[in-house]
Amino acid sequence: MNARPSRREFLQATGALVVSLSFAGDGAAQRLPASDAALGKTLDLNDVDGFIAVGADGRVTIFCGKVDLGQGLRIAIPQMAAEELGIGVDRIVMLEGDTALTPDQGPTAGSSGIMRGGVQIRQAAATAREALVRLAAGRAGRPASEFIAIDGEIRPKSGGQGIRFGELVGDKRFGLKVDPKAPLRSPDTYTVVGKPLPRPDVPAKVTGRHVFIHDFKVDRMLHGRVLRPTSVGAKLVDVDESSIKDIKGARLVRVNDFVGVLADDEWAAISAAKKLKLSWSDERALVGRDGVRVWMRAGPFESDEFLVRQGDSRQALAGAAKRLRGEYYWPMQTHGSMGPSCAVADVRDGKATIWSASQATHRFRVTIARVLGLPNEAVRVVYLDGSGCYGMNGHDDAAADAALLSRAVGRPVRVQWMREDEHGWDPKGPPQLLALEGALGDDGRIAAWRTEMWLPKATASLPNMPLLGPEAAGIAQTPGITTGLISQNGNPPYAVANQEVLVHWIRTAPLRPSNLRAPGKIANCFAVESFTDELAAAAGRDPLEFRMQGLTDPRGIEVLRRAAALIGWQARPAWAKRGTGRGIAYIHYKNNESYVAMAMEAEVERSSGAIRVRRVACAHDCGLVINPDALRAQIEGNILQTLSRTLFEEVAFDRSRVTSVDWASYPILTFPDVPEILIDLVDRPREPPLGAGEAAATPVPAALANAVFDAAGIRLRTVPFTRQRVLAALA
Amino acid sequence: MPRFVLHVNGDAKSVEVADADEPLLYVLRNALGLTGAKFGCGLGQCGACTVLLDGEPVRSCIVPVARAADRKVTTVEGLGTVDKPHPLQVAFIAEQASQCGYCVPGMVMTGAALLVKKPKATLQEAKDALAGNLCRCGAHQRILRAVMRAAGRTAT
Repeated sequence: MNARPSRREFLQATGALVVSLSFAGDGAAQRLPASDAALGKTLDLNDVDGFIAVGADGRVTIFCGKVDLGQGLRIAIPQMAAEELGIGVDRIVMLEGDTALTPDQGPTAGSSGIMRGGVQIRQAAATAREALVRLAAGRAGRPASEFIAIDGEIRPKSGGQGIRFGELVGDKRFGLKVDPKAPLRSPDTYTVVGKPLPRPDVPAKVTGRHVFIHDFKVDRMLHGRVLRPTSVGAKLVDVDESSIKDIKGARLVRVNDFVGVLADDEWAAISAAKKLKLSWSDERALVGRDGVRVWMRAGPFESDEFLVRQGDSRQALAGAAKRLRGEYYWPMQTHGSMGPSCAVADVRDGKATIWSASQATHRFRVTIARVLGLPNEAVRVVYLDGSGCYGMNGHDDAAADAALLSRAVGRPVRVQWMREDEHGWDPKGPPQLLALEGALGDDGRIAAWRTEMWLPKATASLPNMPLLGPEAAGIAQTPGITTGLISQNGNPPYAVANQEVLVHWIRTAPLRPSNLRAPGKIANCFAVESFTDELAAAAGRDPLEFRMQGLTDPRGIEVLRRAAALIGWQARPAWAKRGTGRGIAYIHYKNNESYVAMAMEAEVERSSGAIRVRRVACAHDCGLVINPDALRAQIEGNILQTLSRTLFEEVAFDRSRVTSVDWASYPILTFPDVPEILIDLVDRPREPPLGAGEAAATPVPAALANAVFDAAGIRLRTVPFTRQRVLAALA
Repeated sequence: MPRFVLHVNGDAKSVEVADADEPLLYVLRNALGLTGAKFGCGLGQCGACTVLLDGEPVRSCIVPVARAADRKVTTVEGLGTVDKPHPLQVAFIAEQASQCGYCVPGMVMTGAALLVKKPKATLQEAKDALAGNLCRCGAHQRILRAVMRAAGRTAT
């Protein structure tokens, strides 16, 4: 299961690209010294050959534009393909995110890996299987309906000798378009999909043999470090090259305000970066952490936009007897990847090869080609596993750093950021401010609802997030910001006759932002589902029953029912204030994807203000489940990472720079904080598979805030839920 | 240039460094090609670089190579291989206790050191031992289950 390709051959004669396998577990995936950007293999999303090749030995190679970031696509997508093809998953190897080999299936973002990437490959596999059946039937001179694909063979249904895939198309092209009507196998006959198969990369990861981008080396590679300024937007005033002359082999690269050091030895490069004497202009253009909330209210604004307008919420609110208001705030947060961003670049002779942990190699290829002034065809970007990435962290910046340094010296360069670079300069999850207003009708239900949001506006059609290295080097980039889709789920998921969601789009952001896991939806669900709890408490109603009454979607009702059962929910009219409490929250992700309900049990220590999460119960419906164990892992990760973000995390920055530049100043969840996690998966084999990389993150903060309210009678509306905030609320 | 002998995973290795303060981590990763230990912070805060020095878990990113001279260094590669994993690595595989996997070598080394001292470590002891090892993906529960499995316990 740990097979990874270590050698591949491009068979010009037949035109199919076949991967030879090594079981040595050396993990040397996609280690291609040649920088040939175009190997001649089709990358067309409409071609079966874009996604699938069958070797003469019967092994199948899947070319996947989506990448495994640790979420398990490396097993789940082969499972989907194996099921349709009729071959064991152990005979499939998958290549990921190589612009010369894999079709552009879009970024691995927005929980799209399975629901779009996997579904495309599944359809290609179904088309391929139908073609194999036709080929075998043709040879036998019998109708195709008499044959079946099973265990890597096409066999007569009546029994008898089969023909192996390799004999039918081994090392040859299919030469077929993906048939959107190629029949999929019935879920009733699934043998691979739905099984908790182990991930192929785990053995190499736990034995230290897995090759991460950080471990990747090429011949004649230099180690580089880039010096970031002491304040955001600063200009380089002076740099003294003689300050590093005592470090063997250290050399300086300067392009305008872009400053890097290079050495054969990594420690020499790090030492040179530390020793280099340079001075920067002192800039004080930031609003600072404590100024963000006021700044959000003040603008400058791009526009106002109504996302929902139903009934007349303003009039209904004005006339309501019982009216509530609450303002919720989500701070800027870092991706906080455990390994600082890293890349290797080889830019020479008008060509470039970039090895990167990019979530979007095809998009990044265009970006880096523009930065380097090369045609897209001269650039190849190859994905290698990075340290966990939950959105756009610093990996594209690091790759641009490596490319600029490599171009300057004409040798391959590896750049790994230091911890302070990652915490200080990775693009941050944007801040969010929400003001909610609601009213209860005489029947005790929600009669009116308004959500007003203040959000940074992502720049329309921005080709890429402006990168640090090119900006410092004075290379023109389209200005703007990227955030992900942060305005979704700002509406109540319950029946409310009069409702309105209004966004005030802010023109910029306090620090360079990017998409960070479940962009925007965590904060929006935090506000909406906390406020729903406020309304339930005001109505004197049980929070679960209050929610159930407003729901009609049976899949939503089902997850709420299951989450409540999992935690042993006890109906209550209002908060109990017993020190330990329970909360519940629900989301229909993006209003049209996965359904998640989460119940939480937490304790509030009144003396210290500490919140201890005891148990988390999650019921999760993402349609067809491909691999239940990998799915559980994603749910666990969503829960724990978001508990960390809710309890501890906020980027600190002053007027000049980020000041939370290590794990002491930006603490995250640790093992003693880990609660018990209970998960109930709703499998719906006849529904399409939906994403699971984000949805379960979103109800976490509200479920916790609601549990804290039940435990201590305090309503936390600002993240993180620090001890100081809890103590202040208790006072 | 200063020269040191390190006993790495049972083999005596002679290494020459330009700077005796060079952290052990870089010597392991670059001079010796043992890339299992990872650079995470360079500050001893995250545990991704954890190796054993005479059996004790240390943060190799802040241990100068000179301090490891003539001592026994065990890295994750020295515990086991893909074909012959250490019992704790077997448990990690059984529990699929890894997402991105970047922190995992450090988790394995810290857990292995705990189990040498306390072969029947409890869940609370595992949580305490791993308190200095950070994981961003949220694989904590599986990592704890793996340690409990290797300790012959069922995690709760």
